[in-house]
Amino acid sequence: MSLIKSQLIQNITEANPHLFVRDVERIVNTIFNEITNSLAEGKRVELRGFGAFSVQHRKSRVGRNPRTGAAVEVEEKFIPRFKTGKELRVKLNSKNNASQPEQNEE
Amino acid sequence: MEKTTTRSTLSEAVFKSVGLSRNESSGLVDTVFNEILKTLTSGYDVKISSFGTFIVRSKKERIGRNPKTGEEVPISARHVVTFRASNVLKSKVDSKNKALKNNL
Repeated sequence: MSLIKSQLIQNITEANPHLFVRDVERIVNTIFNEITNSLAEGKRVELRGFGAFSVQHRKSRVGRNPRTGAAVEVEEKFIPRFKTGKELRVKLNSKNNASQPEQNEE
Repeated sequence: MEKTTTRSTLSEAVFKSVGLSRNESSGLVDTVFNEILKTLTSGYDVKISSFGTFIVRSKKERIGRNPKTGEEVPISARHVVTFRASNVLKSKVDSKNKALKNNL
């Protein structure tokens, strides 16, 4: 089970009746665009309690085609990373969230 | 230009793009992350299209080792959150950072 962006927007709008869906949509999009743009500029994004996004550099390397064994050059790349914040990590494992739905194996 | 983006950077962006007060903008940034946090802690994944997915995973109990003393310690079963970046986010991060690097 998962919550998608439109439902997130819906929930926030219901909790804030003075706002329109359109406003909340704009707020949520602004937030994630801002995070995306920061990472694109190589900046770290730290959200206390929630977690931190950062950019990691992967050097170019010689990889192999697993089927043929042929060596192939893998280009360098920059990848986004997320590290869970302390509050989120603690809350995920606190006893009072007994409402664990299905086991989430993949 | 600051090096790190924080909640206050996001609040400022919301303040500029939506007709709300600074105070309310910052309150809403908190609301958005609280809502995501609440969803994750109740065991549900959160999907933000063109950004990525936060996935809750259950880890089984296992035996770990204190790397300093070599002592065996049980690591209890736990829930963790992993983030899978969308292809849109991955390609933006990759292409822009490469461009920045090559323009130095």
